[in-house]
Amino acid sequence: MVKQLATEVVVIGGGIMGASTALFLRKRGIQVVVLERDLCGSRSSGVNFGGVRRQGRSLAMLPLSQRAHQHWGRLTELIGTEAEYERSGHFKIARSQADMESLVRYAEKTRDCGLDLQLLDGAALHKRFPVGGAKVVGGSFCPDDGQANPRLLSPAFATAAARAGAQVLEHTPVLEVAHNGQRFVVRTPEMEIRANVVVNAAGAWAGQFAEQCGEPVPMRIRPPAMGVTEPLPFFLHWSLGVEGGSIYCRQVRRGNVVFGGGPGLVLDDTRTRNRHTTVWAQLPQLVELLPQLKNAQLIRTWSGNEGALPDHEPIISASSRQAGLYHAFGFAGGGFQLGPGVGDVMAELIAEGRSSTPIDAFRIDRFNDPACST
Amino acid sequence: MIGSDFYLDDPRPADGPPVIVGAGPAGIRAAQTLLAHGLRPVVIDEAPKAGGQIYRRQPDGFSRSAKDLYGFEAGRASDLHQTFDRLRPQLDYRPETLVWNAQGHSLDLLHTAQRTADSLRWRDLIVATGATDRVLPLPGWTLPGVYTLGGAQVALKYQGCAIGDAVVFAGTGPLLYLVAYQYAKAGGRVLAVLDTAPAVQRYKAAPAMLAQPAVTAKGVYFLSWLMFHDVPVHHGVQLLRAEGADRVQALVWKDAQGAEQRTACSAIGLGYALRPETQLADLLGCAFAFAPLHRCYVPQIDADRRSSVPGVYLAGDGAGIMGADAAEMSGELAALALLQDRGIATDAARQAKLRQQLDKTQQFRQALEVAFPFPEDWAARAPDELVVCRCENITAGELRATAASQPQGDINRIKALCRVGMGRCQGRMCGVAATEILADTLKVPVAQIGRIRGQAPIKPLPLDMTVLPQDQEASHG
Amino acid sequence: MAHAIPLLPAGQLQRLKEQGRQPLQFVLNGQPAQALQGDTVLTAVLTQSAQLRSHEFAHTPRAGFCMMGACQDCWVTLGGEQAGRKLRACSTLLQAGMQICTSAEAVAAANATQVQP
Repeated sequence: MVKQLATEVVVIGGGIMGASTALFLRKRGIQVVVLERDLCGSRSSGVNFGGVRRQGRSLAMLPLSQRAHQHWGRLTELIGTEAEYERSGHFKIARSQADMESLVRYAEKTRDCGLDLQLLDGAALHKRFPVGGAKVVGGSFCPDDGQANPRLLSPAFATAAARAGAQVLEHTPVLEVAHNGQRFVVRTPEMEIRANVVVNAAGAWAGQFAEQCGEPVPMRIRPPAMGVTEPLPFFLHWSLGVEGGSIYCRQVRRGNVVFGGGPGLVLDDTRTRNRHTTVWAQLPQLVELLPQLKNAQLIRTWSGNEGALPDHEPIISASSRQAGLYHAFGFAGGGFQLGPGVGDVMAELIAEGRSSTPIDAFRIDRFNDPACST
Repeated sequence: MIGSDFYLDDPRPADGPPVIVGAGPAGIRAAQTLLAHGLRPVVIDEAPKAGGQIYRRQPDGFSRSAKDLYGFEAGRASDLHQTFDRLRPQLDYRPETLVWNAQGHSLDLLHTAQRTADSLRWRDLIVATGATDRVLPLPGWTLPGVYTLGGAQVALKYQGCAIGDAVVFAGTGPLLYLVAYQYAKAGGRVLAVLDTAPAVQRYKAAPAMLAQPAVTAKGVYFLSWLMFHDVPVHHGVQLLRAEGADRVQALVWKDAQGAEQRTACSAIGLGYALRPETQLADLLGCAFAFAPLHRCYVPQIDADRRSSVPGVYLAGDGAGIMGADAAEMSGELAALALLQDRGIATDAARQAKLRQQLDKTQQFRQALEVAFPFPEDWAARAPDELVVCRCENITAGELRATAASQPQGDINRIKALCRVGMGRCQGRMCGVAATEILADTLKVPVAQIGRIRGQAPIKPLPLDMTVLPQDQEASHG
Repeated sequence: MAHAIPLLPAGQLQRLKEQGRQPLQFVLNGQPAQALQGDTVLTAVLTQSAQLRSHEFAHTPRAGFCMMGACQDCWVTLGGEQAGRKLRACSTLLQAGMQICTSAEAVAAANATQVQP
């Protein structure tokens, strides 16, 4: 006996994208059901690095990133918790003059985007960033970028959506999305849900739903390579990235240093891990970057499933094939900071038919159009 | 299957020496069996000398006899050590080597003394990773002076030390009596033995325990000896708290009549039998199932110790606590299965006999659970201020509060939210206690809570380790 | 039923056996100390004191727990030439001249020495 449900919007995926979309839809008084295959925020949204970063994003993405930034500034108001969010600053390190020039060009290109980037080298660098190893020649500092705890934050979006009246169903995989001519019929093992609108926010698994609806996308899964040290005396306020390099790290207040960079490995559809050759490469890179870590110990590694499109930009758009269908996926590991902005934009798009923030660069059909490919 | 360029590609090698992880009784008998059939196994041992925990060998320069060290087990211990020493030249023995990860058909190794790392490929693997104490905390358990029963035994056996000059032993299980006896016999001051098991349980278990009369006799002997030497032994106790400022000074407990007692002491040995070390089996991808006998998830094995992964065999306590004698048998049985699977002729009658003996051990093991039952009321009685995760300093109260928001009770989710099990020991010391508290809070069976997912490294890795050059064969990315 | 114990000895562990071994000199929190050949770092330290480290969150003393490399609660910090390096005390044999830091002050000093930005 299949349970029947009817609602205005079904959101597939209870990660930060789906959950924040549901939350913002509820703020507009729209009925929504969230269908999460596992537990909300248990996938990429919950296991990522935790960087809340605008610096480094493409020009096309910065307006959306800024919109998200406004919401990060009022987290408790939005979801009832700060989830260890701090505007601790993000520092992108240059290890060569060429890298430094690249950072300078980026700062110029984005000077009107509200990042307030400060370029540091020489004496200013040593004064503001005494912790780095020998190869740091300079860097670009974004004072209001920061970090948060994704394990706490992403589930909190789902909880906030539920508190705002969304029906959030966990352990509820979506088997099929179909359209009967009038409405969508979304099938799970025990239910059929009828809705006017479907949002495909299924992360690394969104491709199958896009394909079901006639819009296959060339998405590939990239497993990140994450690790964390034991707790250490606190010494690193800034979140760090490396221009042109693959290691990134931050220190949480309790003292553990979280890091990532390089490829993990995929075991199957849902399981991923850090890769031993990557761990072998990451550890000396960490010590070289931060000599304070020389005597630290690695206590845990993990990975996740990041969906990436060929141009490394996500899909945030209405369907090109089916009215009432929307997509928000493929963030290639950079979605965490964008989450609240994406949810806000999706709700706006659904309710008003347009987004006040430019998202044209993220159309789902851009891969078919030669003019669009980067 | 979702498209990715990063799928693991590490197919099983066509050949190569069998690999054994662990050199306790299971690993040693497995190595002996493989050698006897013409194979030359690699034996990886985290310790500097073979023997595991139960038959841990003393450091060079120590002088005690096997009888002094191992008591009634001296014969078995000596036989195992002498066997290993005799066979060692034929083995590829790698002591002081930690297996920190399993990836595909590669084991990632840390040579702990040199702090160097490399990788070893395997075609057939016997995992004999043994066990540690099963811990149920009590308030004050993080104070200096509180050690596990196994730890107290290691201090005496391996270093000739008592954990304190006036020790209380508490908890339950046969190890409780063994360690108390060993301490008193060695001249340590044993103030009391406090068993949470009600006295009547021994009598309930007696008929089944007579299936292994020799083992049962030893247990009776230890208890009698302690009583004869005026060591107070109490049954049916409830442990309340360890007290002290910067180190333990007393244990407060309730006797079987419910009267509160305070025993001033300088050390406490605490334990409730053992728990298997299953992290490697987990990383290898072995299927797990909840075992009511062990009250925990253990990797699944068939009657011949094959895991669910082709080429992986599980021997000894690492697949479920059955004791040292069973470990020897299961080590041999696992090796015979490995040989059989390689198409090498084995003695079917011997395999049948080992299976039969292991079945009998299983029955005895069940009797031990009756004699020394797991204290099922522990979680309900644990006060909110009790520190459950000693690495991260997370209390029972924090755990309960988090559980209340997670009715589905997934321990990995709860760990992510409140940090229990996220510290250096990765849940070894707190996992059982956390599971019990979650089951009690959510009013669900322990099995429903699940188990903490294994993640590499199995033990902490130094960031400054040096990776040794890998040959093409060795590294499959 | 309290058993009166007049004073706790300085060391947590009590040597019962194997006391005929060669002495070994080392340094504990900056002070010269002596143990026996074959002692683990844990034994060497805890036969004359009752702390291996100060817990980073509870700020209370810890002195190990499992004695077999499982609990990870016995990591001590080295001073001197290898300042800042860590050892698991229960599974590391003491070597002559080792400079072991177990107090919060000695550990902080050792960690400060190892930093070379």
